[in-house]
Amino acid sequence: MYNFAYHRPRTLAEATQLLAANEDAKLLAGGQTFIPTLKQRLAQPSDLVDLSAIAELRGIREEGGGLTIGATTPHAEVAASEVVRRVVPALADLAETIGDTQVRNLGTLGGSISNNDPAADYPAGLVGLGATVRTSKREIAAEDFFTGMFETALAEDEIVTAVHFPKPEKAAYAKFPNPASRYAIVGVFVARTAGGVRVAVTGAGPCVFRARELENALSADFAPEAVEGVSVSADGLNEDIHASAEYRAHLIKVMAKRAVAAAG
Amino acid sequence: MPTVTMTVNGRQVSGEVEPRTLLVEFLREGLGLTGTHVGCDTSQCGCCVVHVDGKSVKSCTMLAVQADGAEVTTIEGLAADGQLHPLQQAFHENHGLQCGFCTPGMIMSSLELLQRNPDPTEAEVREWLEGNLCRCTGYHNIVKSILAAAAAMRGTAQAAE
Repeated sequence: MYNFAYHRPRTLAEATQLLAANEDAKLLAGGQTFIPTLKQRLAQPSDLVDLSAIAELRGIREEGGGLTIGATTPHAEVAASEVVRRVVPALADLAETIGDTQVRNLGTLGGSISNNDPAADYPAGLVGLGATVRTSKREIAAEDFFTGMFETALAEDEIVTAVHFPKPEKAAYAKFPNPASRYAIVGVFVARTAGGVRVAVTGAGPCVFRARELENALSADFAPEAVEGVSVSADGLNEDIHASAEYRAHLIKVMAKRAVAAAG
Repeated sequence: MPTVTMTVNGRQVSGEVEPRTLLVEFLREGLGLTGTHVGCDTSQCGCCVVHVDGKSVKSCTMLAVQADGAEVTTIEGLAADGQLHPLQQAFHENHGLQCGFCTPGMIMSSLELLQRNPDPTEAEVREWLEGNLCRCTGYHNIVKSILAAAAAMRGTAQAAE
């Protein structure tokens, strides 16, 4: 690992100043992706700004009938939260499938979405539920936040502070995990909301996306059988040693069916 | 260089570290606590699991500076008054270790499981150990050891009531 200067600010304002004052500064949340990245010398930040001491960034609360989860809330806290279990249980289920116990104890919501790994779970939850990302500067709809592989709408000096999730009528997440890493080979988040059915797919493409053809079929009939007749194209899907594009296209339908069945 | 202060196995310790020093490096090289092992160094194997403020974490994927002010427990902190911890005793009795390299991580990880769930099923133990690899593939006796420790710890808790 290259060396760097380390900062642990106690307020968001202080963190923002540190980012602005140091051109090559990077934010550190749970570090479960970032520290391995640093160890491989794939990044060389001048400064690390550790967000863990900023109390206002952490915590889970009910807001406007939905949920607001602070950016530095670890996955284990979301998975174990009574409030999340009651308001959006599908989100607690999703958090419980991320990585392993030790990763879930440190890894955070804000860190996961800011990294936007194409096989991460949270992006599917955010897009599937129509969540809003709150930052130090503005609010961004989840669909506009995830812009490409490892890319987001965040500016260099912008910090994710929280995510607001509206409460769906029904929702569930189903994933086909890589058996070693537990990253999604394909993960599908299905939600029936007041604004219609939303189906968000992670792991299959370069970035999370909505499967409109599945949404249309499920809007007409929210049942696993409704997925049968839909054809999902393999065009543009990921292909690697774990799965071909065709297999991923097949898995999108299978995971969508399982998610709809689980949503009840 | 920054100075870190933390409580390790009940003892307050301080040391100067480079910001890039990993927690596991500080424990092993700074404090000489070599019971915590470095297996893969890529966050996969769980040999380096320790507890930080009561939660199990991979100490190869945390900076020492991040643990400044924290309570850290390593495998060396489990035995009390010359008595092995029930998990250590159960691994010994059930042949839960072959080469022994993964054992500190297995024990520190399963300790959090038993703190949260004193009576786990075999399936729950196996699921919990997702983040711990045993290259001897000795999982069967590891799971057996953890279930035996859970039973022993429940027995002790009942006897104390």
